[in-house]
Amino acid sequence: MDKKDEKEKIGVYVCHCGTNIAGVINVEEVSTWAAENLKDQGVVISREYKFMCSSLGQELIQKDIKELGLTRVVVAACSPHLHEKTFRNACKGAGLNPYLCELVSIREQDSWVHTDKVAATEKAKAIISGGVSRVVYHEALEPLHVPIHPATLVVGGGIAGIQAALEIADAGFPVYLVEREPSIGGHMAQFDKTFPTLDCSACILTPKMVDAGNHPNITLLTYSEVEKVDGYVGSFVATIRKRARSLREADCTGCGICWEKCPKKVVDDVFEAGMGNRKAIYVPFPQAVPKYPVIDRVNCTYYIKGTCKACEKFCPTNCIDFAQQDEILTVEVGNVILATGWDLFDTRRITQYGYGRLPNVFTSLEFERMSNSAGPTGGNVVLRDGKTEPKVVGIVHCVGSRDKNYNEYCSSICCMQSLKFAHLVKEKTGAEVYNFYIDIRTPAKGYEEFYHRLLEEGTHFIRGKVAEISDATRLPSEEGKLVIQVEDTLTGNQLRVPVDMAILSAGLEPRHDSKALAKLFGISCSADGWLIERHPKLDPIATMTDGIYIAGCVQGPKDIPASVAQGAAAAARVMGKIQQKEIALEPVRATIHEEQCSGCRICNNLCPFNAILFHEDRMVSEVNPALCQGCGTCVAGCPAGAITGTGFSNEQILSQINGLLLLNVPKKQAVAA
Amino acid sequence: MTDKPETKFEPVIIGFTCNWCSYRAADMAGTARMKYAPNVRLTRLMCSGRLDPTFVFKAFAGGADAVLVSGCHPGDCHYINQNYKAMRRFHLMKRVLVQMGIEPGRLKLLWASAAEGAMFAREVNSFVEEVRALGPLNWNSNHVHTADHVMSVVAEGHEHEAEVAA
Ligand SMILES: Cc1cc2nc3c(=O)[nH]c(=O)nc-3n(C[C@H](O)[C@H](O)[C@H](O)COP(=O)(O)OP(=O)(O)OC[C@H]3O[C@@H](n4cnc5c(N)ncnc54)[C@H](O)[C@@H]3O)c2cc1C
Ligand code: SF4
Ligand code: SF4
Ligand code: SF4
Ligand code: FES
Repeated sequence: MDKKDEKEKIGVYVCHCGTNIAGVINVEEVSTWAAENLKDQGVVISREYKFMCSSLGQELIQKDIKELGLTRVVVAACSPHLHEKTFRNACKGAGLNPYLCELVSIREQDSWVHTDKVAATEKAKAIISGGVSRVVYHEALEPLHVPIHPATLVVGGGIAGIQAALEIADAGFPVYLVEREPSIGGHMAQFDKTFPTLDCSACILTPKMVDAGNHPNITLLTYSEVEKVDGYVGSFVATIRKRARSLREADCTGCGICWEKCPKKVVDDVFEAGMGNRKAIYVPFPQAVPKYPVIDRVNCTYYIKGTCKACEKFCPTNCIDFAQQDEILTVEVGNVILATGWDLFDTRRITQYGYGRLPNVFTSLEFERMSNSAGPTGGNVVLRDGKTEPKVVGIVHCVGSRDKNYNEYCSSICCMQSLKFAHLVKEKTGAEVYNFYIDIRTPAKGYEEFYHRLLEEGTHFIRGKVAEISDATRLPSEEGKLVIQVEDTLTGNQLRVPVDMAILSAGLEPRHDSKALAKLFGISCSADGWLIERHPKLDPIATMTDGIYIAGCVQGPKDIPASVAQGAAAAARVMGKIQQKEIALEPVRATIHEEQCSGCRICNNLCPFNAILFHEDRMVSEVNPALCQGCGTCVAGCPAGAITGTGFSNEQILSQINGLLLLNVPKKQAVAA
Repeated sequence: MTDKPETKFEPVIIGFTCNWCSYRAADMAGTARMKYAPNVRLTRLMCSGRLDPTFVFKAFAGGADAVLVSGCHPGDCHYINQNYKAMRRFHLMKRVLVQMGIEPGRLKLLWASAAEGAMFAREVNSFVEEVRALGPLNWNSNHVHTADHVMSVVAEGHEHEAEVAA
């Protein structure tokens, strides 16, 4: 490899990080070693210090830059993902281009993962040597500045998405709120009462839905889905399919005559959780926002048989449009908030609980609809026959949660939701209620108090995981009942509890298509399918991809207050970004040197962002720096070596490899001899 | 394999990680204080797609006993699908290693997500053990000299094409 003519002046700074590093690595030895053995590479000073990231530590570096005229800096400390920015800024503060600084991770990759002190110290030397060899080939770079588009895309119109959209819109910035269903509202719209205060869900949600629907800064795109996303923070371009509602929204008054006259009844599996019907032309619920119905083309008689058109006949404003096509919109936005929420665990998977086979086993969402006064039973808690009130009700916690066979995690809301149900059953029917739980988890504000209230109301609590729910009776007292078989782990007794109705408190699961959503937006999800936050403690709102934020249950199970808080937090982050007006991007980009390019076009197909264009006239390729994301695949693929990757050049990497192996060369020879 | 040194052989392994998943897996192993063998020295690339085969050969030439290539799981690459390109190059490189007389077991591909710190630590440990079993890289003695053997290695998986007269 070509040696650089002029020697760089490199400073090496080895951090103790208290005892985090110094407890395992002999920091003094490493520092002295670097000063003596890396002279050839250009090291002119090597120091160690308790906390390099402290202001005193940073000043140490700055002083050397000024007084010794350092041209390169290597800091051996923690992961660059933690403090690269800190040290780059320190260099910048002393007049050294920030990209001439290299961070070597001797904590996450060394002292924290190794116990052999000698080996860890040797490894520290090796990786510092790699960093020094690399930094020689660093170039002074300027960040790329791109303007931030002031609009935001919010995907998912549940409570988290609504909150985020409203906060941003109220601050004066445009928002596109995309919702898959015909109305916004999400799961919260299905509930009657919300724990722990038992306030009416519709009363607190509807005003927010209406606000979002009327807001001059919010473009509501319901019955719509994002199909494609291009670009990067500051300027994403999203392609959205607005499915045909089969009516002209501008003319519709939402009077409701159409769905009244529509002769086709359809079981509503979404909003009514299969407990009730809707029509083929429908709004999911009376307070829906927007108020316009949609025609469900799969079930509409006209689309099936070619006749009917009852809605069209009766519509006073003549707005039905059977020929309407899906619309494809492209919108430009600077930031994205994903708030697509959760799906309910499919209780059919636990066959021994009998859901789908035993009529009086209900899911939690079914019970929510049943207890809702606007729901299919008018708020009456009744058995599947639609009229008989239960005298004994069993509520089974943790269905599909905290179970190695299904989901290992705790769904966090189902204990409280079960307590809420117990209260509602008692209030509405006076029935005896049994809660079957593994542990009661009521950790948020006002939750433990609610649990105590339930204890006082006389609800029975049985600690044990339900083994089976069956209609096979053994005793006369079990006749006509469902029997819940459980071991009471507090007394050690096997119990058979006869009930009229069993409610399964199913867990929350990621949306069935959460992996596809993650892929669409270029972010990651955990093995379970929840989207991964940038940091589990310090940044549960951003993702690894700049400009993409997450809010609500899409990140993991949580209750309404936490979903709202996360929606608002995501909005605050986005507004902070918008206020900056432009954003500095890492200048990690590929460049093709025209004079070396043979025009083979191999690179053209390697780029997933179509950033490489081919000039037919000159027969050479060129990278569009606005589209290039800097992955470096083309750099590695060019047979002519015509492409360089800024920040990750061949020289930098090859030199680093040399440096990493510096210590070994003599050892190797010894072995060979 | 020829004579092994008396003391426990400590292989030197150069590892390549991508910035988004596998480097963060290594970070995660650190944050969670999971212990693994100190034999691997990592180089950060933006993506496994950046891995120029030259880097791997350079590492071997410079004295590494083995090379670890890691990236995001297929489908999770931060740059959409560049790790598939890395995977293709990986298989090519294995082939070339064999032709050069280097045991293919000295090159390992590892997919690791940012959450898989424990897996990363485990896999590093098992790789170190595998390489320890192979012994130090001893290029000359491994070199396959017979033309027939070279041909059979080159043609592996391409038996049909190899039949065609030159
Ligand atoms: C039975 C039950 C009762 C509950 N009761 C309470 C309670 O009393 N109090 C409480 O605090 N919490 C309660 N919870 C928890 C509560 O439901 C959640 O906290 C809340 O729904 C989270 O809101 P969200 O906006 O994140 O998700 P969601 O409510 O699921 O909303 C997500 C929205 O995104 C839309 N969407 C999904 N995918 C896409 C896509 N690809 N493109 C566009 N749009 C999409 C959906 O249609 C939906 O409108 C209960 C949960 C259950 C299961
Ligand atoms: S009858 Fe016409 S105006 Fe009334 S809700 Fe239906 S489509 Fe709209
Ligand atoms: S791969 Fe290299 S030589 Fe071929 S077109 Fe691209 S830049 Fe030019
Ligand atoms: S580095 Fe090359 S392949 Fe990667 S995004 Fe840029 S132009 Fe495309
Ligand atoms: S970014 Fe990890 S493999 Fe591409």
